[in-house]
Amino acid sequence: MEGLISLAVKAVFIENLALSFFLGMCTFLAVSKKISTAMGLGISVMVVQALTVPANNLILTKLLAPGALAWAGFPDVDLTFLGLISYIGVIAALVQILEMVLDKYFPPLYNALGVYLPLITVNCAIMGGSLFMVERGYNFAESATYGLSSGFGWALAITAMAGVREKLKYSDIPDGLQGLGITFITAGLMAMAFMSFSGVKL
Amino acid sequence: MAQTYRSQLIDPLVDDNPITLQVLGICSALAVTSSMQVALVMSIAVTLVTGFSSMFISMLRNQIPSSIRIIVQMVVIASLVILVDQVLKAYAYEISKTLSVFVGLIITNCIVMGRAEAFAMKNPPIASFIDGVGNGLGYGLLLMVVAVVRELFGSGSLFGITILETVNNGGWYVPNGLLLLPPSAFFVIGLIIWAVRTWKPEQVEEREYKIQTVEGH
Repeated sequence: MEGLISLAVKAVFIENLALSFFLGMCTFLAVSKKISTAMGLGISVMVVQALTVPANNLILTKLLAPGALAWAGFPDVDLTFLGLISYIGVIAALVQILEMVLDKYFPPLYNALGVYLPLITVNCAIMGGSLFMVERGYNFAESATYGLSSGFGWALAITAMAGVREKLKYSDIPDGLQGLGITFITAGLMAMAFMSFSGVKL
Repeated sequence: MAQTYRSQLIDPLVDDNPITLQVLGICSALAVTSSMQVALVMSIAVTLVTGFSSMFISMLRNQIPSSIRIIVQMVVIASLVILVDQVLKAYAYEISKTLSVFVGLIITNCIVMGRAEAFAMKNPPIASFIDGVGNGLGYGLLLMVVAVVRELFGSGSLFGITILETVNNGGWYVPNGLLLLPPSAFFVIGLIIWAVRTWKPEQVEEREYKIQTVEGH
């Protein structure tokens, strides 16, 4: 249990997907103009991340890893090279299912988050989360924790970024830096701030 | 056709750069630029994947029903990325270790999807291939510029060959450690955008709020 808490804190602050691995940057920069939209997207990412990382973990351990197909009578088969295509397939399918479920059973939630869901399939934070899970060899409990907390970290980062940008639009910025340029530099400063967590150990 | 192949190849380098203007594919641009060798491999990989995925998707464009086009595009892109990943693991294992998850992340690199969706779905294969390669090169160019700055001033070398002798090795150059850390990539790209937009003022974005002088004070 202690290990899981430490993993969660690490995933939220120290190894923040957005600010120390720069995953999901495209949406991070494009959708962070208003706090309300940023928060909506952040929550959607968190939900999708919490579902896809454990799902991909199951796919990996039950189907793809060397010897994983022993239950079906193929103990020598190693399908890890199919990893990338299966993970993205799982992500695309889960996003689609989530969209349909929300539409059917939770229409208010669908209206709030629906527009962001298609964006999430191509959000590198989601794919990155699954790939990190594979690379670091998390087990099922760890990957569930990692998925939820890394999604939360991403949501935290994009909401903070949107807060800064809402204030920033009133300031007098040199012409060439206007828009994208200053956004990059702000993100850099925020990433530096997050780096100060790196000494924290649990 | 209004656009010639040449302009399709050259335009994305500066005038319509995928990173500085279209805001595509930033994730990997930041993470892999601390050394030039890695950045070069990444640029080549992305250029190849973008070029070929655009070409294949364009060949299939009349067969793909629009409701499942995203998934079809994903499958084409993912297959190409798996090829690249396997080749790197076989012939450049060290580099493939350093790139770690970022090779896999080419799948979700928005440049690849973006060009497939915006260009390849409407244009014939050869034009799409050139458009893909052009955008890959534009991405690679920016990646290399950032990598040169970060490696030269961060560790005093280019492609691992020492250019500025650092103090630790008995030279004179005190390396700027900040440039090896991830946030510096943001600053470098931000400054590059500033430089490009000063050079080409038509890329400057409109202000949301204009600052006006108030009369009567």
